[in-house]
Amino acid sequence: MAHLLKTTFISSSPALRPRRIPGHRAGRVSTHPVQAKIREIFMPALSSTMTEGKIVSWVKSEGDKLSKGESVVVVESDKADMDVETFYDGYLAAIVVEEGGVAPVGSAIALLAESEEEIAEAKFKAGSSGLPSSDQSAAPAAQETVPENAGPATPPPQAAKATAAAASAGSAVHPASEGGKRIVASPYAKKLAKELKVELGRIVGSGPNGRIVAKDIEAAAADLAVAAAPAPGSAAPPAAAAVELGTVVPFTTMQGAVSRNMVESLSVPTFRVGYTITTDALDALYKKIKSKGVTMTALLAKATALALVKHPVVNSSCRDGKSFTYNSNINIAVAVAMDGGLITPVLQDADKVDIYSLSRKWKELVDKARAKQLQPHEYNTGTFTLSNLGIFGVDRFDAILPPGTGAIMAVGASQPTVVASKDGRIGMKNQMQVNVTADHRVIYGADLASFLQTLAKIIDDPKDLTF
Amino acid sequence: MQSSLSLSFSQGSSAVALAPRSRLSPDSLPLASPAAPASLRFCGLRREALGFSSLRKSGCGASGSVLVASQNRAPGRVSASASDNGSAPKSFDYDLVIIGAGVGGHGAALNAVEMGLKTAIIEGDVVGGTCVNRGCVPSKALLAVSGRMRELQSDHHLKALGLQVAAAGYDRQAVADHANNLASKIRNNLTNSMKALGVDILTGVGTVLGPQKVKYGKDNVITAKDIIIATGSVPFVPRGIEVDGKTVITSDHALKLESVPDWIAIVGSGYIGLEFSDVYTALGSEVTFIEALDQLMPGFDPEIGKLAQRVLINPRKIDYHTGVFASKITPAKDGKPVTIELIDAKTKEPKDTLEVDAALIATGRAPFTQGLGLENVNVVTQRGFVPVDERMRVIDANGNLVPHLYCIGDANGKMMLAHAASAQGISVVEQVTGKDHVLNHLSIPAACFTHPEISMVGLTEPQAREKAEKEGFEVSVAKTSFKANTKALAENEGEGLAKLIYRPDNGEILGVHIFGLHAADLIHEVSNAIALGTRIHEIKYAVHAHPTLSEVVDELFKSAKVHSQAPSPVSEPVAV
Repeated sequence: MAHLLKTTFISSSPALRPRRIPGHRAGRVSTHPVQAKIREIFMPALSSTMTEGKIVSWVKSEGDKLSKGESVVVVESDKADMDVETFYDGYLAAIVVEEGGVAPVGSAIALLAESEEEIAEAKFKAGSSGLPSSDQSAAPAAQETVPENAGPATPPPQAAKATAAAASAGSAVHPASEGGKRIVASPYAKKLAKELKVELGRIVGSGPNGRIVAKDIEAAAADLAVAAAPAPGSAAPPAAAAVELGTVVPFTTMQGAVSRNMVESLSVPTFRVGYTITTDALDALYKKIKSKGVTMTALLAKATALALVKHPVVNSSCRDGKSFTYNSNINIAVAVAMDGGLITPVLQDADKVDIYSLSRKWKELVDKARAKQLQPHEYNTGTFTLSNLGIFGVDRFDAILPPGTGAIMAVGASQPTVVASKDGRIGMKNQMQVNVTADHRVIYGADLASFLQTLAKIIDDPKDLTF
Repeated sequence: MQSSLSLSFSQGSSAVALAPRSRLSPDSLPLASPAAPASLRFCGLRREALGFSSLRKSGCGASGSVLVASQNRAPGRVSASASDNGSAPKSFDYDLVIIGAGVGGHGAALNAVEMGLKTAIIEGDVVGGTCVNRGCVPSKALLAVSGRMRELQSDHHLKALGLQVAAAGYDRQAVADHANNLASKIRNNLTNSMKALGVDILTGVGTVLGPQKVKYGKDNVITAKDIIIATGSVPFVPRGIEVDGKTVITSDHALKLESVPDWIAIVGSGYIGLEFSDVYTALGSEVTFIEALDQLMPGFDPEIGKLAQRVLINPRKIDYHTGVFASKITPAKDGKPVTIELIDAKTKEPKDTLEVDAALIATGRAPFTQGLGLENVNVVTQRGFVPVDERMRVIDANGNLVPHLYCIGDANGKMMLAHAASAQGISVVEQVTGKDHVLNHLSIPAACFTHPEISMVGLTEPQAREKAEKEGFEVSVAKTSFKANTKALAENEGEGLAKLIYRPDNGEILGVHIFGLHAADLIHEVSNAIALGTRIHEIKYAVHAHPTLSEVVDELFKSAKVHSQAPSPVSEPVAV
């Protein structure tokens, strides 16, 4: 959505954009010498037509002493690369726009402190005030943590939470690192990690001798992106794009299709069965293999698929009102909210594909869904559907059965719960509630009950998920 | 324009000033000065200006022999024809014996025959030496492949040109064969060219037995009036590094391209290391540079080095460690990777250990002078190099010249380039045939065949400024960018810079450095100008075809600001 704001600040390469903290406008100082002793270095106008400049490289780094006339930074304009020199003696206190970043002419790209003591102050200024260099630049910059085209912004706390969770997980051992003392990563992996802001220390390498290679970084980054993306199965996220009140807006094609399906579902006699599942073991497993690119969505899909193997009737459907259609494949559809709609990418043969491939496939599907490039067979071949609003903190809900399938499972958040055990003790366990909606013409109550029992067992002892 | 020009701009209160990095706007070109007619002499012949070229009338054997006869040889054998390899002098088996049939020896041999000398060349290995067999030639074959791979892999570049190419791939063995075939083809050409002229190719290791006496092979002793040592060099491997030829290799092995490792460390970021990084990254390897100095690409003009790093290193799958020595490198064995121990170049403290799939040692080259029998003529090598004066005459342990003994090419270490060796060889032949000749090394260009290429001739900016300070003259710098060149933009290869370092008082060219598309081919206009002593205000009126890359150099000359009162070395105009 950044591009809607028509700011010139946004660079074309998302990975290189400087992260900013949203600024308080009140703190903005409009006169140029911020204080007598901390000065701003501006993006200069290198030609009459130049409106913005790209930082090619910083000749000096933070903390370096500068003397008047020394080159500080190389700037690329629409015409040429120029050395930018300082007019004052002092210290380069803080770099505001990193190498590769783009800034409009006249905006601050660095702070110059007169003495060493003021470096810290200048740094603080750069960090906390956000140095609004041009109108609106700080606000959109803050939202750039949301992956491209992720649609209406995810509520920031959610994204932050997911990222934090992702970051804290995966403190595994690196075979090539001599007990974590040393990280062995290939040159390209290091470069990618920097670009994608992935911490090398948290990744287990899959290369020779446990070396971290590029694909490990990509998997880790994809993981972060999926975690931060809008949760599957949700309705339009709260911070929706500006809607003009008082108007009538026709459905898009996708919304029209959703509407038709929802009405059609009314002709199916459905019922619901809920179950509470303890997820401590699953959470622990997730923590362990997350760094290999495994996502929670893939784990849930896998667990569900393995349970379905034992209960083929729950994977069946009723097409004509007269017969069971037992599906030969277990294809798990997972609801994904996207810009102004909902789609259900399908993980085919989820019972047979290993968890790592499944996670990769999932990432691929989500990317395709975002780019609106899913092929029909990638969203309409599901035999069982998952909808997970747990990532928004929803603890329970029920779902509408998509026509043509037998059952859909609504997954709530896993949260610490005080549990009384049979031996009379009270303990803390992570539990989540699931709720299956099924077509009673083919799936009966006992079928669902025993399916859920199996699923709960698998999740409680998830060693089979990784083979 | 001067690089340190400060100018203020609209934001008066801002804390910066600008210095132009490259000049681009054509509207700021200096117009041709009104003094143009006077400088028409630029196209006049400068017959007095340096060099052997005026003497080498092509194919005219008689004149060559006359010239030789007049000074060096007994009269009466004037009739020798250039293609006959002379005839043996009475007291010597040969007029000239060259030890080493590399590019340097080859250049000397060809010129010697043309001058009517009876010439023999001794080779203990294969004709062609390092350049043809293990250097310039096969590496160009690999670089030709890597350049194309790079183009085919650059999606956005191809897209910008409107091209669609499906995933490009390569066959390692076929690439290796291409390099090998090219080397044998050039080797045959070289051999045949010498045979055709009648140069005697003697096989065996050559040893100097005494003044004017050489042994080759087991016990063949020949005498020669003059001897040229042209034994070249071998890859230098620092202590502590174990080369196994498989996972720890030198350029000799790398050029065979027996494997393309996933991750290769390249020790040394000079032109050998750079070229190999270009090859390996294009073929899919990731590269780690290990450089002992604080900056990558030492030896290049710092500004060019910086730009080259931005284009050749930073965006590629390359990282680097600078200011460190590889103190110990152990080849891969028993499933363990190649380990490289790094120590701080200054403090010698251990810094890091790398585990990689392969390591290429590109720390330069060491002269190949062992077993040459130099002790027989009382010559002591310096770090292996044969000490010579500016005329390539060998200097003995007492600082005296050894008569009739010369050393050219990598073995003397003056300028370790194939074409420099050849030029030195030609220069020596000029001298032994009676014409004093001193080679101007500052006019010898050098090139690094990365994509894009880097080329240079003369001094770097820091060298020029140091010299200027010592000798008390002013130095100016002019720059042009490939971004302003039509041909470069048509190719979508606008990344690049040309830089001219010159004396504004008399228009002397001190050095030119080019980084950009076909830089290696562009440098010769400048190296010729330096060799012939042409000044900027003379060459700037020369016309370049439009649109060509050569206009980058043209603009460079035109943007230089030479004080108009500069005295001209040629006083009278020449009719054209």
